[in-house]
Amino acid sequence: MLKIRSGYLKEQMANLSFALPAIVIFAIFYIYPFFKVFQLSLCNWDGISPFVFSQHFVGLRNFKDVMADRIWWESMWHAVYITLIALTFQNALALALALACDQEIRARNFFRVIFFIPPILSEVVVGLIWNWIYDGNYGLLNHWLKILGLHHWAHNWLSDPTTALTCIAVVHSWKGFGWGFIILLAGLQTIPRQLYEAAKVDGANSWQIFLKVTVPLMIPVFILVSILTILGSMQVFILIISIMGQGLAYHTEVPVTRILASMLGSSQFGYACAQGVVFGIVLIILSFGQKRLSRYFRQE
Amino acid sequence: MSNNKDIILWKHKIIPKIMGIILFVFCSLNIFGCFQPSKSKSQNSPSVGQKKKIVVWHWMTDRHDYFLELAKKYKDLTGVEVVFELYAPSDAYSQKIRAAGQAFTIPDIFGILAEKRDFGAFVKAGHLADLSQELNKDNGAWRKQFVKGALEVNEFLPNNEFGVKPGIYGIPIDIMTIQLLYNKKLFRQAGLDPDRPPRTWDEFIAAARKLRDAGIQGLVSGWGEIWMIYCFATNYAFNIMGEEKVFATFRGEVPYTDPDWIQVFSLFKQLSDENLLATGIVTMVNKKAEQTFANELAAFAFNGSWCVNVYEGMNPNLDYGVIMPPSFSQKYPMKIWGAAGSSFVVNDRSLRKNEAIAFLKWLTMEEQQLYLLKTTKNPPSNKNCLTKISPLLYEFTKQMDNSTHPNIWPAHEFPVVIERFNKGIQSIIIKEKTPEQLGRELQELKEQELKRQKEK
Repeated sequence: MLKIRSGYLKEQMANLSFALPAIVIFAIFYIYPFFKVFQLSLCNWDGISPFVFSQHFVGLRNFKDVMADRIWWESMWHAVYITLIALTFQNALALALALACDQEIRARNFFRVIFFIPPILSEVVVGLIWNWIYDGNYGLLNHWLKILGLHHWAHNWLSDPTTALTCIAVVHSWKGFGWGFIILLAGLQTIPRQLYEAAKVDGANSWQIFLKVTVPLMIPVFILVSILTILGSMQVFILIISIMGQGLAYHTEVPVTRILASMLGSSQFGYACAQGVVFGIVLIILSFGQKRLSRYFRQE
Repeated sequence: MSNNKDIILWKHKIIPKIMGIILFVFCSLNIFGCFQPSKSKSQNSPSVGQKKKIVVWHWMTDRHDYFLELAKKYKDLTGVEVVFELYAPSDAYSQKIRAAGQAFTIPDIFGILAEKRDFGAFVKAGHLADLSQELNKDNGAWRKQFVKGALEVNEFLPNNEFGVKPGIYGIPIDIMTIQLLYNKKLFRQAGLDPDRPPRTWDEFIAAARKLRDAGIQGLVSGWGEIWMIYCFATNYAFNIMGEEKVFATFRGEVPYTDPDWIQVFSLFKQLSDENLLATGIVTMVNKKAEQTFANELAAFAFNGSWCVNVYEGMNPNLDYGVIMPPSFSQKYPMKIWGAAGSSFVVNDRSLRKNEAIAFLKWLTMEEQQLYLLKTTKNPPSNKNCLTKISPLLYEFTKQMDNSTHPNIWPAHEFPVVIERFNKGIQSIIIKEKTPEQLGRELQELKEQELKRQKEK
């Protein structure tokens, strides 16, 4: 019995040794930072002086401050606004293009490649190019508006608080629709063609086919795309920094830029980590809400 | 059968337990702060028989090639290899230095891009060598070669507010001032005399109005980088209320609702209300502001001495002059920001500390400073080279005596208040806040921060 056990133990140890590198890497790069953020969120630390937990511990004070931080919650609303535009405008565009590319049209492979170009471009490059497009002095957008005789529309898009955030949301949607397009197209291609043919034989028109055949079968894909859109849009920040620099007052602040400002601008690492934890909780709540919603739609 | 039971036992009880123990130990170490790196020497320790090598980290993209040239020259002279490693942009560089500080992997020589508070934190963490002794050696020979005021930004005086041991912790390789520039050609176009640039705020406003009426944009600056707003605003704060009152505000003794502060904010309101600012100035990064001025799309620019090189690259024919920002009040002198441009510090834990200091001494010698002046057109920190600078650069450096810098101020504002201050001025420019509203908002925040500080 003992012999069997020791043999088994050896075998298990050998197995474990194979898994160990992966476990170590996972622990260092996932588990350690995860716990470190929680630990730092309970401290008042500048990110430079040697970190000693007992010396820097402030309890839940950072969380209390985050809850009372008006600018933080405004930045959360800005991220929600960008997300709402992405969920509607971006995904509607992605679906329309995916439906078009799912038809027997000429050069559809060419279009697939073209539509997938924006997502693979660097966010910094995209941000700088759009900054130039929106520019009030040299901007391409104003130039075209003037050519089209719409002089009164031309203005400084990024320095106007009524348009700055929408400008960012538009660029984010432009940059992100390619992902939705690819996933939705893949989803559309899994729908058996016979269903469309049967619907046609039954006398359904294109709109009815879309509503009664395509949409119900695409619900799991819509859910996947919307979860990815929400998580991606809520965390947008590189694009904002490259378009807006340090922003227009607080009108273009989103949670991640606030976290960066706390961390690098005012060296409040503990506060920044508390913001990170709160933001993580918000994202988890959103994801759970989405999951519940998707379950409801599936049952329907 | 028994073997199967063992397998189940292993799979469901023992393996999860082992994993749990690993996780528990890991988290405990983490939570109780036992993961403190030992205060060992720098990572770049030379082994016996190894050639001497100094590692320098910097963020100066425009100077990297010239640094490499100098490093080559230094190796030929001394046999010491100097490796310059460029990490840009400056935000990423700052983050790298902080992370390296935590991991005790900072190089032999590096630069710190941070406020004095954070600079002090680096000193207190034991990362920076006190260079006072080296500077004072041989009757202060090294110290004496620097332009007056250049060393001050890297100096901590006795009884400083940060509790840092007094000393000089950095060596400037160049100097800078930030002033007002005007385009002579656009002045002529608007019927203004380019040889009589504005000296007072009223003259400045009158000139900007005339330019505006001639279809020329007034002032351009990189106010999308909010520290430049702070620079412009503090210049006028010093001019309107004097240094003492500004520092008293930082100490919490004067409120931001004081009429003098409201006057400072009102200057921005006036510029905005009268349409005397370039389009999009609030979100404009300095590079774009430089393009706007170089392309003659704005008549005034608020910029630092580094711009001489930038404008030459963008528009070699640009005809411009440099003036002090026109003063609003005659009661107090106008103070501009100026001091060391870029500085290098030495890692106190480096095993090649002496070699690092020797290299910095060499780098700040006349020959190397002249080389950097010639290639980068930044005013050198070595005062013996100042006679060889261009007339335009001279216009910048001659005001060093009227310059100040946040790093030498005896009192400092909370970073969160500074952020709100700058963003609030942006709000005034885009007409969503009044100067009075900003004053009240700042004072409220200031009181909160003071209360929090007391609680600490």
